[in-house]
Amino acid sequence: MEKLRRTMMYVPGNNPAMLADAHVYGADSIMFDLEDSVALSEKDSARLLVYQMIKNRQSNTELVVRINGLDSEHGKKDIEAMVRAGVDVIRLPKTDTAQDVKDVEAIIEKVEEQIGRPIGSTLMMAAIETPLGIINAYQVATASNRLIGIAIGAEDFVTSMKTNRSKVGVELLSARSQLVIAARAAGIAALDTVFSDVEDDETFRREVNLIKQLGFDGKSVINPRQIDLVHHIYKPTDAEINYAKQIMLAIEEANEKGSGVISVGGKMVDKPIVERAMRVLELAGLSGGEHE
Amino acid sequence: MSNITYQSEFAVIPKGKTASPLIKNIIPGKSKKTDSIKSAIINSELKDGMTISFHHHFRSGDYVLNDVLEIISEMGYKDLILASSSLSDIHEPLIKHINSGVIKEIHTSGLRGKLAQEISEGVMDNPVIIRSHGGRARAIEAGDIKIDVAFIGVPSTDDYGNANGQNGQAVCGSLGYALVDAKHADHVVLITDHLVEYPNTPASISQKNVDQVVVVDRIGASERIASGATRFTKNPKELLIAKNASEMIINSPYFKDGFSFQTGSGGSSLAVTRFLREAMIKENIKASFALGGITKPMVELHEEGLIKQLFDVQSFDLDAAKSISDNKNHHEIDASLYANPHNKGCMTNQLNVVILSALEIDTSFNVNVITGSDGKFMGASGGHCDTAACADLTVIVAPLIRGRIPTVVKAVDTIITPGTSVDILVTERGIAINPKRTDLVECFKDSTLNIIPIETLENMANQIVGPKKPIEHTEKIVGLVEYRDGSIIDVIRAVKS
Repeated sequence: MEKLRRTMMYVPGNNPAMLADAHVYGADSIMFDLEDSVALSEKDSARLLVYQMIKNRQSNTELVVRINGLDSEHGKKDIEAMVRAGVDVIRLPKTDTAQDVKDVEAIIEKVEEQIGRPIGSTLMMAAIETPLGIINAYQVATASNRLIGIAIGAEDFVTSMKTNRSKVGVELLSARSQLVIAARAAGIAALDTVFSDVEDDETFRREVNLIKQLGFDGKSVINPRQIDLVHHIYKPTDAEINYAKQIMLAIEEANEKGSGVISVGGKMVDKPIVERAMRVLELAGLSGGEHE
Repeated sequence: MSNITYQSEFAVIPKGKTASPLIKNIIPGKSKKTDSIKSAIINSELKDGMTISFHHHFRSGDYVLNDVLEIISEMGYKDLILASSSLSDIHEPLIKHINSGVIKEIHTSGLRGKLAQEISEGVMDNPVIIRSHGGRARAIEAGDIKIDVAFIGVPSTDDYGNANGQNGQAVCGSLGYALVDAKHADHVVLITDHLVEYPNTPASISQKNVDQVVVVDRIGASERIASGATRFTKNPKELLIAKNASEMIINSPYFKDGFSFQTGSGGSSLAVTRFLREAMIKENIKASFALGGITKPMVELHEEGLIKQLFDVQSFDLDAAKSISDNKNHHEIDASLYANPHNKGCMTNQLNVVILSALEIDTSFNVNVITGSDGKFMGASGGHCDTAACADLTVIVAPLIRGRIPTVVKAVDTIITPGTSVDILVTERGIAINPKRTDLVECFKDSTLNIIPIETLENMANQIVGPKKPIEHTEKIVGLVEYRDGSIIDVIRAVKS
């Protein structure tokens, strides 16, 4: 089954209590941040803290670390420490070109060799936060086999676009669409940006519905309270599940009869419909069987 | 106070008759109004060594206890026994009255602030007697506490002693704890800052029990008594614990139409009410009653028709206090009806589900809500052991660790509620069912919730913050923890300072 990435929860890398508790809230992935949420004076201590947290991981939840860029003095140190700690995924900030991905990969590979970690076992994802990155999204998404997904970071992007974030999100529509197309073309996940007003559930819900409809796999979240809201929206409805079950049943029956043409409710069922049905049942299964 | 050691929840069978106050008469035309607290004290014929009582409905906004004791102290009284339903941080001036010999003994549900610190370090010669709310009502009715003079702060009264907590400047809602004192004290002095025309109704405290009425400028700081509505927590950890706790309740055999429940006023407990609400609406379940300390969320469920009746011994916020006046099925009850184990049936006996908090819980499910990680007093017994003993399902909600302090430990510092009364512990990292509840273990055997042995939780806490730091106590006993039935369940020793 494909790994679900409906939610990736940001946790500041310099907050021991939040790092220790992060896994209890049920996010699909946890992202320890060494970049923007950590002050320059705390970069080293945060790196050490996150290193220890990963070494002594308390759950099987996928652990992602957002490193500092290679253009800073911290980026390389972050990669070295995290690969040694056994991180699942390294997340690159502000990725503009395929070369950015390759540069990070080269360092990862070197460390993997040094410590005897299987080459390629450290996965990567890239955050695209500039107009140039959006233009290059497909090249970025296909720059390394390690990439599991690309994500859009909205704040820097809208600033570069000489606009700002609105509740409707029209300023991001084109970028989101391009990013999700690039991810799909590359066969990797597409993750949406954070929504930072944790008091505004209504706009948050609207945004999650929008990105789900656009085809995103999920969203970065900054507060555990946002997790259930996202999972709830990504959870298939009873009607969707029933329809998916009907389709799978029809396929079974058709196979038994040796019939090639399948129809449900008078409509012909073709390959994309079957794939969607399988995806619905997969999502439903991971939602804890609440619809049973 | 008895010398019996605690055996089990219902081991003590009461004997004898209930204690009665003195018979008195007041002839027509005689006024009960007294011009000052000092005159009231003189009229009460208070003597050295006697027992005086107070209530804690004004919480940390209470002025009455401090004002009365200041005057008592000025008048030169010594060796008094203070029997307050509880004490809070505002009662710090008690330290000087202890040091000067005005107060020689304290009976209370809890201790907080500087007073708690000093008593923990051994400032008193006699140990403080810690009682639950039901246990205090029992002790008064059994004559274990003989109140000579009750000083009862009341938000409103007429000059003949008909009082309630619903009107005035210091509205506190229910006067549940004070009602027991009013019925059993030999002398009852009402102190108010809101005198109204006779007859004041509803009369929570009746004129037939009242000796004197004193009017003062202020009886309390209203903003510290019931400061607006109790807010729902936004703390994700508290919400997670609450969600898990409500899942356990909803999937237990007790969640059905007509069930009854009680919650504490902590963040997680209150949030449980919200999650239960959703499930009650979905499954068309209505609660027959909710009990104990009443809060805004409870009132909302009541007004929505999801809880048919509220029985309120203590109103935790202004909305709850106001609801007593507004909603005819929101009833004020006294602490004896609430939880006294030695009457012919307290309401906790009818309770299905209770959600309680814990400072510490050990691998035998014993709960401490009175002493902190430093071994000093910091909390209150409250209705914890009363409700846990009686409810069909007792759920403890607590974070696994608080800062660097483990909540789940091998042995609690002080036992308030015995582990045999506790059924389920819910933390953010796992849920433990008391193995003695084989029925619940069976009920949840296929649950998708993270149900693990309590020892595993203790290990987890150990791994994160290390084992609990041992507390260095001296030999001196500073507190006796009385179980609700009058037996002694634990002692608290002084902490080396």
